[in-house]
Amino acid sequence: MSEQEAEQSPVAKKIENVGRTTMVGVSEIGYCASLIWESLYWAFMGKSMGQPVRLQSLFAQMMETGIRAIPIVAMLGITVGMMLAIQGIYTMRIFGAESHVTIGIAFSVVREFAPLITGILVAGRSGSALAARIGIMNINQEVDALSVMGINPVRFLVAPALLAMVIMVPCLTFFSDVIGLLGAGIYVSLDLGVSLAAYWDQVFEWLRVDDVMHGLGKSVLFAILIAVIGVANGAGVRGGAEGVGKVTTRAVVQSISAIVLTDMLFAFMVTR
Amino acid sequence: MTKPTETELLARPKVIEVEDLVTHYGERMILKGISMDVREGEIMVIMGGSGSGKSTLLRHLMSLEHATSGTMKLLGNNIADLGLKDTYALRKKIGVAFQGGALFSSMTVGENIKLPLREHTDLDEFTMDIMARMKLEVVDLAGFEDLTPSELSGGMLKRAAVARAIIMDPKLLFFDEPSAGLDPVVAAQLDELILRLRDAMGMSIVVVTHELDSAFRIADRITMLDHGNILMIDTPEKMKNSDNTRIQNLLNRRIEEEELDPDAYLRRLTGEDRQHERP
Repeated sequence: MSEQEAEQSPVAKKIENVGRTTMVGVSEIGYCASLIWESLYWAFMGKSMGQPVRLQSLFAQMMETGIRAIPIVAMLGITVGMMLAIQGIYTMRIFGAESHVTIGIAFSVVREFAPLITGILVAGRSGSALAARIGIMNINQEVDALSVMGINPVRFLVAPALLAMVIMVPCLTFFSDVIGLLGAGIYVSLDLGVSLAAYWDQVFEWLRVDDVMHGLGKSVLFAILIAVIGVANGAGVRGGAEGVGKVTTRAVVQSISAIVLTDMLFAFMVTR
Repeated sequence: MTKPTETELLARPKVIEVEDLVTHYGERMILKGISMDVREGEIMVIMGGSGSGKSTLLRHLMSLEHATSGTMKLLGNNIADLGLKDTYALRKKIGVAFQGGALFSSMTVGENIKLPLREHTDLDEFTMDIMARMKLEVVDLAGFEDLTPSELSGGMLKRAAVARAIIMDPKLLFFDEPSAGLDPVVAAQLDELILRLRDAMGMSIVVVTHELDSAFRIADRITMLDHGNILMIDTPEKMKNSDNTRIQNLLNRRIEEEELDPDAYLRRLTGEDRQHERP
């Protein structure tokens, strides 16, 4: 074995490394899929197995992921809305069509910016917290302790976090839609002298339920990605505090990358 | 209460039966065909040097790992044959006090102790409070239920972990390095607690430790592991009087010079022996 390896050419070693990395990646994706499946299993079948997902845990997670994120989502939503209005008016003024800026803002906020900004925010806030929490619990043998107490760790730790994200991220996204459109409306009314009521009339004239659902549908996918990536990284922690720091960073980077990639694929498949 | 004699002990039913257990981490074999048993009401101490496989054996006894081969019966149930529901049902009958306590840092001591009751029973809050306080009395931690784990000392943490481990009145109790990191007085108190639990509640107890004093004080029998093999399973007295050089070296903390294989040494230095273990 060792002689064979010693004789390997650098190219063969590189190919071997690519193969190994691919295997690790595939096994991580498989692990994430099994986490989703197990969480759903315990959410729906837990009661019959004597291990229901506790509503108290679910509400606690919803509070942490959703309610406590409202102020920062509001701040970012209104800022992004205003920024879109500033850029939109500047661009449309080139064609003398700034009065039509509302259409662009409405579609951009609802279909793209609100879900994306909310997803990235939740990934940085709750995804990292989830990875760190699971990582520390792993190091302290708290996950093992759950298992030996007859408490399924996925049911106890993962399912409430996943369900809370799937419920709260679309809610936050809808909130961000409204706040973003409001922020844009304030700027548009100040810059173009249009009343807020007329601005909202235009928004409702152009926006369809499908557009809102497009953004909310994406946000559900983002929620699932954030939760499973956070848990998978936390569960794979090695070493002490340094390991927890690494998996937390990794979870945030992977979540944001996955969100952006999914966003593009979703837009490509649904919008064309 | 005096320790049971070996004959008395071996007449009792087995609560743990391990037959030819082989386990691997990656390609490295850790346990190389372990066979042992633990009897009802027995305190079995598992000892061995670093890397002997005692922690791995404990994880298998707690059914936290899957073996490569071999069979293991816990309270009469073959672990390999159990479905998910039965595995969780079986785990309600065992308690584990982990080395670092493994108490949930987000909960108070009382909440930690009540967790198994909350998850597995329909008891009301008042009854759970009473039961938690009763277990805290057993481990001499009465009145500490409202503190968080971070507010406890090392010895108190371990006793709180014992209180959580016995809240469901398990038939089988596992201790992972109970004396590690404790001063001799606190370690001796914990040894007394282990003996008291066995005598008062009739539990079978498995203790993994490398503390010789503690092991000889509490053990009915000792399993001595070495490099994944069992060197000897016997009473502390017979262990002490064993003429096995390896056992005497471990008991008397004598360093053994390993016979040096030049090729293996070279492979270790160049890291070649680890290349095939990469994931």
